[in-house]
Amino acid sequence: MEQQSQTGSRLRIIVNGEPTLTEARTLAQLIIEAGYGDARVATAVNGDFVPERARSERLLAEGDRVEIVSPRQGG
Amino acid sequence: MNAIDKSHAGDAAAPLTLYGTAVSSRLLLGTAQYPSPQVLAEAVRASRAEIVTVSVRRESAGGKAGQRFWELIRGLGVRVLPNTAGCRTPKEAITTAQMARELFETDWVKLEVIANDDTLQPDLFGLVEAARVLTEEGFKVFPYTTEDLGAAERLMSVGCEVLMPWGAPIGTGRGLNNKYALRTLRNYFPGVPLIIDAGIGAPSHACEAMEMGYDAVLLNTAVAKAGDPVRMAKAFADAVEAGRTAFEAGLMEVRDMAAPSTPVAGTPFFDFGEKA
Repeated sequence: MEQQSQTGSRLRIIVNGEPTLTEARTLAQLIIEAGYGDARVATAVNGDFVPERARSERLLAEGDRVEIVSPRQGG
Repeated sequence: MNAIDKSHAGDAAAPLTLYGTAVSSRLLLGTAQYPSPQVLAEAVRASRAEIVTVSVRRESAGGKAGQRFWELIRGLGVRVLPNTAGCRTPKEAITTAQMARELFETDWVKLEVIANDDTLQPDLFGLVEAARVLTEEGFKVFPYTTEDLGAAERLMSVGCEVLMPWGAPIGTGRGLNNKYALRTLRNYFPGVPLIIDAGIGAPSHACEAMEMGYDAVLLNTAVAKAGDPVRMAKAFADAVEAGRTAFEAGLMEVRDMAAPSTPVAGTPFFDFGEKA
């Protein structure tokens, strides 16, 4: 019961391939929680692009797979 | 009056236009694998490239790698062409392109859908599907494709106005693997901007592509992995310009038999070999 209440307030999700426990309820909150608040990043949830303007309405659910990407060198 | 005979090459001396944007440099340069950000910046300047390719990758926790790279690129004053490198399905490529559009503030995308990890061969079926969706979403798609003529027609039918056939598989440096098919493609689409993308290993390869009438070349490893990337960038810039100038000037026809270049008339001793 106690274990349930401990994880009950947290969601188990995958962020950039890493299993993550988060208290964030929206993608926007997750970005801040993960330390990307002022970083230049783009996001996708479960393979779908989520524009910056939609992050605060994008609710997170157990098991969501979140991608947080930034500009990088490329050929 | 600067009289240039354009009959051999259509509108050869016209500037290159990619989705309505005129560009004067016909060398597009990748930004990966350089020994340092400083060398990258110097190589881009030495290459005289106006367009560089970039990518998106997972940001590490609290990392500022993306921000630093973005600031470096912005400082160079070049246009960026984000790629979808590493994507294996149309869905991955589409989502990557959408993220890149937001990050880099451009609707240009170098579309890669990879079929095979060993050859990095484009998945032409997935490529056409992703190109269709992205074009409908307003992207200007630069598809990384093969020399396949049928695939080229499909890509154009879904809205691609530029094609980027490979010279050889990415990172091999083997040059133009299938010159016959590349020449066919060039001749079949005289008015379509065609950019050789991938496989270029030496300036001579780039020059050859330009002599064949390709509109531009895109390369990365050949510069980034050179002993001196900055000097190699200049070598490629010069080779691309030489090849383009040669194409515009019109190459001589290749012959099977020798033909003397020095006039035959008046050759001394010309009749000595004849028996009286």
